[in-house]
Amino acid sequence: MGSIPSRPIKEGEDRLLVNKIKDGTVIDHIPAGKALTVLRILGADKPRGNRVAVVMNAESRKMGRKDIVKLEGIYPHREDLDKIALIAPEATINIIKDYTVKEKRRASIPKEINGILKCINPTCITRQEREHVKPRFKTISVEPLLIQCIYCGSLIRLRDIESLLIK
Amino acid sequence: MWHGRDVISILDFDKSELEELFDHADYMLKALSSGRLRRSLEGRIVSLAFFEPSTRTRMSFESAAKRLGADTIGFTGEEAISVAKGENLGDTVRMLDAYSDLIVIRHRFEGAALYAAQVAENPVINGGDGRQHHPTQAMLDLFTVRRLLGEIDGLTYGVLGDLRYGRAASSFILALTRYKPKRVYLIAPRPLRIRDEVRLILDDKSMPYTEEESLEDVIGELDVLYVTRIQKERFPDPEEYERVRGSYKVTPEVLKNARRHLKILHPLPRVDEIDPRVDFYRENAAYFTQARYGIPLRMALLDLILRGGD
Repeated sequence: MGSIPSRPIKEGEDRLLVNKIKDGTVIDHIPAGKALTVLRILGADKPRGNRVAVVMNAESRKMGRKDIVKLEGIYPHREDLDKIALIAPEATINIIKDYTVKEKRRASIPKEINGILKCINPTCITRQEREHVKPRFKTISVEPLLIQCIYCGSLIRLRDIESLLIK
Repeated sequence: MWHGRDVISILDFDKSELEELFDHADYMLKALSSGRLRRSLEGRIVSLAFFEPSTRTRMSFESAAKRLGADTIGFTGEEAISVAKGENLGDTVRMLDAYSDLIVIRHRFEGAALYAAQVAENPVINGGDGRQHHPTQAMLDLFTVRRLLGEIDGLTYGVLGDLRYGRAASSFILALTRYKPKRVYLIAPRPLRIRDEVRLILDDKSMPYTEEESLEDVIGELDVLYVTRIQKERFPDPEEYERVRGSYKVTPEVLKNARRHLKILHPLPRVDEIDPRVDFYRENAAYFTQARYGIPLRMALLDLILRGGD
């Protein structure tokens, strides 16, 4: 992962600054400690990839502590945003064009979650490789996060999500 | 309402649909005992796809289909078919769908029946998927209660045994959410209490239920006691199993405090959770009658799904 060294990072009284990016995406309000998971979801954790800046444990009035990632030249797909919403339900996604915010989106957990998570239950039909059944879940509750496999009925909570994301 | 439907979970049906089924099962029972049975499914073929070993459910479906004039094809156990050669479930279901008018499936993986229903064009009936659902068992359980006690609403139920991994117990508990029981006691050792997804539905439906660890504490209140087997392999510690085993056994001594009209149900097979002396104790034992009602109930189900009844 590369940082953006052109301007120094200044630490203010209550926030940490990273310089602006020209074109790309800024994802803010990620729960502290989850920034690297967000990069993994976006495939932005590979060597020789796009330039990426990560701020971890920044102060946040709303969240106490939060992570922020800035991604140069990366515009996440819908499926990736659904995955990010599952681990960072309060995330805001800012699409940057020529240093200005062109579009502001909030992460939102879809009512039905298809193909991005595997089921927690090893004897669910969707976990059997030979069967090729695409995992599907319905969202029971957003806060606290609770989703349910439509095939086996198993419940999945926020703490389990990260290990179940399909790479 | 029933014609062409899949039967995957008992929750797919509301009270009025279940009552329609039970009315039709009453009719089938009467026709069976009078010997004036219409062969309403003559020319139809029912597939019995039992990927897991089964005798009772499979034979009961087979008997029900044949009594109505339908033919059956199928298999029991994966080794008998191409699955043993590596064929996947989807392909097996497509084949059976082409060969027959309806598929009854039992499979060890949860969700297999729902997936089969998505693949098949013809109706699919879930004959048990892993630990999850066994809707036709729950239907015949409720039908038995209605036959023997006249109603399903307003009664006090006890469900005893393995409520976590036993699909018959879970399906029976979920089936009660379609009615208005006075109270449901869920009697199980801690490791075998109901799963979270079942609890979620009970809470959502505001079901009046209490989780108990002792049968003796509640036996005097019950109108229906539903007993299931506690399997030794469910306990990580064999000593723990030995400790709880005795307290979940139904004996004439325990039944001394029971109401005279109490009906004891069991999906069968039983091992030692019901003392054989209970079979003849007062008129509490209803499990053999319950097994017999599996035939008219499944006849009614096949007839409603394949023909729409009348």
